Amino acid sequence: MVKLYGKDLQLMAARARLLAVDAVHTAASGHPGGSLSCMDIMTALYFNELNIDPSNPRWEDRDRFVLSKGHCTPALYSVLALRGFFPIEELKLFRSIKGHMSGHPDMRHVPGVDMSTGSLGQGLSTAVGMALAAKLRNKSHRCYAVCGDGEMEEGQIWEAVMAAAKWHLDNLCVFVDVNGLQIDGRTADVMPTEPLDKKFEAFNWNVIKINGHDFEQIFSALNSARSFKGKPTVILAATVKGKGVSFMENQAGWHGKAPNDEQFAQAKAELEAKIKELEGN
Amino acid sequence: MAGKIATRNAYGETLVELAEKYPELVVLDADLSGSTMTKFFAAAHPDRFFDCGIAECDMAGIAAGMAADGLKPFINSFAMFSTGRIYEQIRNSIAYPRLNVKVVGSHGGVSVGEDGATHQCIEDFSLMRAIPGMLVCCPCDGNEMRLAVKALMEYDGPAYLRLQRLSTEIFTDELEGYSFQLGKGCTLREGSDVSIIATGLMVSKALQAADMLAAEGISARVINIHTLKPLDDELVLKAARETGCIVTSEEHTVIGGLGSAVCELLGEKCPVPVVRHGVNDVFGRSGSASDVLEYFGLTAQKIAEKAKYALSLKK
Repeated sequence: MVKLYGKDLQLMAARARLLAVDAVHTAASGHPGGSLSCMDIMTALYFNELNIDPSNPRWEDRDRFVLSKGHCTPALYSVLALRGFFPIEELKLFRSIKGHMSGHPDMRHVPGVDMSTGSLGQGLSTAVGMALAAKLRNKSHRCYAVCGDGEMEEGQIWEAVMAAAKWHLDNLCVFVDVNGLQIDGRTADVMPTEPLDKKFEAFNWNVIKINGHDFEQIFSALNSARSFKGKPTVILAATVKGKGVSFMENQAGWHGKAPNDEQFAQAKAELEAKIKELEGN
Repeated sequence: MAGKIATRNAYGETLVELAEKYPELVVLDADLSGSTMTKFFAAAHPDRFFDCGIAECDMAGIAAGMAADGLKPFINSFAMFSTGRIYEQIRNSIAYPRLNVKVVGSHGGVSVGEDGATHQCIEDFSLMRAIPGMLVCCPCDGNEMRLAVKALMEYDGPAYLRLQRLSTEIFTDELEGYSFQLGKGCTLREGSDVSIIATGLMVSKALQAADMLAAEGISARVINIHTLKPLDDELVLKAARETGCIVTSEEHTVIGGLGSAVCELLGEKCPVPVVRHGVNDVFGRSGSASDVLEYFGLTAQKIAEKAKYALSLKK
């Protein structure tokens, strides 16, 4: 595959955002807010960073990816579909009894999904296991995970953080999608998780802070993670929940709510305008 | 063979034996390797042993990630923690994706003894049995444990294995016609009046109970169920049809374990009186293993009494 950069990535991310919102609208159920906030990260991973092969999803030497914030299937399934792991039409069956596009990632039914997740706090441990397995087998592929900032409230996250440092898993790179919101409101109010940088540093990780919607910063962080030896890397990505759909931005209420027809029409118009703008240049 | 050994020791030794043949075998522990007996494996294969610290949830997840990569992890802690504390991690990260992780609970039941109720897991069968697709196994002596570990090594899928702290006599190696197959129970003694279906530590006591009953002219069949799930339906149904009443015996709460499994089957396919012998919906308590077992009535004498009660229900 030709790796995407710059505007091409922005365009792909805009398309993925439209697919994600469309899927949630069609299902009348799902999690748009956090899917939109991590979409630039997901697009950067699937259209540039990850060494994967859609025609051979279980290829042994592929890079691994774990969506620890598993409710953001609209983001994961959209980039997987756009990347060619399965037909885009299957997104119409998101959360439907008629298909296998389950509400949370299902590694047994959705091509390209490396780990079943959904129960917050558990995905990161599995990514640690994958990174350890790669080390044990002297494999050079890398392991990636995306967590939520609200997810940092789960105790198991910090168990995994300790373990990754203990085993010097420099083949592990974790994004935290710091959108600052969770179901019940602002993360700072519900259960403060900051300062995440100081916490990860204290746990012996390589810490990088970026704007999670700036592709240059995302790639710069990924490059630095790849060359950093001896420690796992966490990329603390400041993001906007609901990014790309004006009325969803920075609204905790759009964590797990589907847009109605009217709202979807507006979201679609906004995202199509963005796509057109990017295509035009 | 004879002699005494705790099933946890037989387990730990067998892991070491299997290491060479199965390079994909990895062992994880949560700071209890000296008690779960994974210390033998840790010493022999330090590169394939991972001490996750006192972080059982993480241990389950790490094993899931390793299994997704084709390794065959055995995760270890006391049954209380390796099933109770991390029930949801086992359910969602291991069993739902049907990953090949063996969950091992040492120190099962009340025979843990002195540590008392917080460490005496009497709900592990119920918890693990309730998870779709989970195999549940509880060997009755050191010989059976060795056979079980070898079979589980070959078994592709999530499974739970309960180990015992207490040293007990090895007896299955000298039983005529004894063989081990996951999912298949074995009749250790023929009998026609009542069937005693037991698992783990209670199997040898069931045999003693059958001797006591024989002295009173009662012919008791004894069946060893090492695999609680999937249950050997055929063998249990045969016992129900041929003896007409059943006693189940387990070092576990009578809710959700072997007794429940047998009742669920017989209630639907062959209703006969079933008397469940085990811990009666109470927590454990501190004491020496033998005192605690006596306190909760987990004795051959009690099994014999339950058998007579079952017989009275039949008439």
